[in-house]
Amino acid sequence: MDFRLTDDQRALRSGVRELLAGRFGRDALRAAVDREGTVDRELWRELGAAGFFALRLPEEEGGAGLGLPEAVLLFEEAGRALLNGPLVATHLAAGRLPGAADGTQVVTCGTQLRGLIPHFTDADAAVVIDGAGMRIRYPKDLPHARQFRSMDPLTPLHRIPDGPMVPPRPDAILLTAAEQLGSAARTTEMAVQYAKEREQFGQPIGGFQAVKHLCAQMLVRTEVARAAVYAAAVTEEFTEIAGAKLLADEAAVQGARDCLQVFGGMGFTWEADVHLHLKRAWLREQMWLTAAESEEIQAEALASAL
Amino acid sequence: MDLTYTEEEEGFRARLRSWLALSLPKLPPKPDPLDWPGRRSYDTAWQRMLYDAGYAGLHWPVDAGGQGATPTQHLIYLEETERAGAPYVGANFVGLLHAGPTVAAEGTAEQRARWLPPVLRGDEVWCQGFSEPDAGSDLASLRTKAVRDGDSYVVTGSKIWTSHAEVADWCELLVRTDPQAPRHRGISWLAMPMDAPGVTVRPLRTLAGSAEFAEMFLDEVRVPVANRVGEENDGWRVTMVTLSFERGTAFVGEVVACRRTLGELARRARRNGHWDDPVLRRRLGRLNAEFRALWRLTQWNVSEAQNAGGVPGTGGSVFKLRYSHARQELYDTAAEVLGPDAMDLDEEWTGDRLSSLSYTIAAGTSQIQQNIVAERILGLPKGRRWTSG
Repeated sequence: MDFRLTDDQRALRSGVRELLAGRFGRDALRAAVDREGTVDRELWRELGAAGFFALRLPEEEGGAGLGLPEAVLLFEEAGRALLNGPLVATHLAAGRLPGAADGTQVVTCGTQLRGLIPHFTDADAAVVIDGAGMRIRYPKDLPHARQFRSMDPLTPLHRIPDGPMVPPRPDAILLTAAEQLGSAARTTEMAVQYAKEREQFGQPIGGFQAVKHLCAQMLVRTEVARAAVYAAAVTEEFTEIAGAKLLADEAAVQGARDCLQVFGGMGFTWEADVHLHLKRAWLREQMWLTAAESEEIQAEALASAL
Repeated sequence: MDLTYTEEEEGFRARLRSWLALSLPKLPPKPDPLDWPGRRSYDTAWQRMLYDAGYAGLHWPVDAGGQGATPTQHLIYLEETERAGAPYVGANFVGLLHAGPTVAAEGTAEQRARWLPPVLRGDEVWCQGFSEPDAGSDLASLRTKAVRDGDSYVVTGSKIWTSHAEVADWCELLVRTDPQAPRHRGISWLAMPMDAPGVTVRPLRTLAGSAEFAEMFLDEVRVPVANRVGEENDGWRVTMVTLSFERGTAFVGEVVACRRTLGELARRARRNGHWDDPVLRRRLGRLNAEFRALWRLTQWNVSEAQNAGGVPGTGGSVFKLRYSHARQELYDTAAEVLGPDAMDLDEEWTGDRLSSLSYTIAAGTSQIQQNIVAERILGLPKGRRWTSG
């Protein structure tokens, strides 16, 4: 047993981190906020070329032939960078819809958010997950979708009346959890960095135990979620995946809240990026599985083991 | 990211499992928790069985008489012994997990030959004389003094929270040998025989009702200078070499035990109807995710430790922080499952609930652990210290 990342996995992670730092840094992030979260098509194609969507497709179908652990590392980086767009849905559609794998198509998902569709206007198509299967739908198939003002400025949302309720798909749940993990890690870093720089009462606020303990708890939640998410990627077991989502949701949401607290008044402003992490974490918390559903799945697993 | 065990590791697991199945029925009945001599002989009998079977000092280096097992093998050992219902390390805790490794790492050839084999065989029990009434988390402020007199130190002071003091043969004692030196610098590590004149042990009754540990009063106790491990005034460093073991691996078996308890709680809740309460059911479900994740975090830490040459790192603090609170949450939930029966002291989970209160205090309080995580892992500035050191 060696749970640590392999050299190849580390290289993959740092490659993606570099790509996103160069291509989706702070300026690009704020530009995305200014255009209300619409997808940058050029960036989408670059992500496609980098293998973001085709990562798990077999090599003979033009993919990288890698597995869920590698995909989790990629989506963790996307979560860190707050990359916007229907990443998980397009990743799922790769190999089923021409153009998804290489990023020339933007594919959203109609069944991850109970009647809400993200990035509906941008999308060329939507996947509809139906039991074990998946269907492709086009915007014209969904004429009743109505846009409303999304709380997350990086994720435009439409509401579809009577949206279908379907069982969640394990790999989609886990990749969303991975994005939450990345966000949790990033807000921890942001809080720590700010706590080292910001001075009050003649010293960096990170020297005060109250601030220190907030930061320590952020790291603890992140590392527990990381162990859960990575292990679920290896075992691909549904209960473990649902548990990973539960812990990653909590790490992301509470991490962003604590980060906001460390930033103080600045954290409450539009200028700081903290609110963007919190709003997205709140949105992802609603995707595929809520905390209540995850907990019921865990309870069911306990009961069925008796 | 590989969670599969190698063929060699699975072979180790299989041999251990069949040995446990054969050996555990030979153990004497479990003693009453308040019968300390009984507990000592039970724990040392188990240690002797481990020794005879070649499992004693599994993670100790081979040249110290141990088995030189990898951290993964140690993890398998803790997992399998817990699953089989084998005894905990109990009274041998300090000898096997702390004083022994300290002597192995820092002792002279004579000291290793004198103290290590009896620990491995279960012949001698050690206790830990670190904390004092005014030196708990702030251990470096300890005041028990040792004054050199010929080839002895004359030790005067008092210690507290000394587990197994009543039945111990030896005490790993931290004493101040240079009162003028800065706090961390004037401390030495001594092995003190517990039957030396001037040693008085007074059991402390805990809120759980048991006498888990004791106060120890030292009145001009003579300890040979030859019993000092490491250089004079270098005891702080000597201690830090091995202190991380306590957080690194001490709780592994307990995570397995907590997962078993959770299953038993679900069974009980189904029988008494509490399972129909969605709030309680979800709370149990949440704990299931929690303890599964803690088990994965353990595997993560062990993998890291294996790579770092077997030394548990700061990941131990992250684990300890989360685990100690999860364990308290587990037994609070057990009380909800039990309902009014949770008031019955003879219910197993009631005792566990009481003893779980120590988890966020012992081996470094949660607040101290958070400082460690913030300062050593996250690199936040050290807080103000009010004395030099």
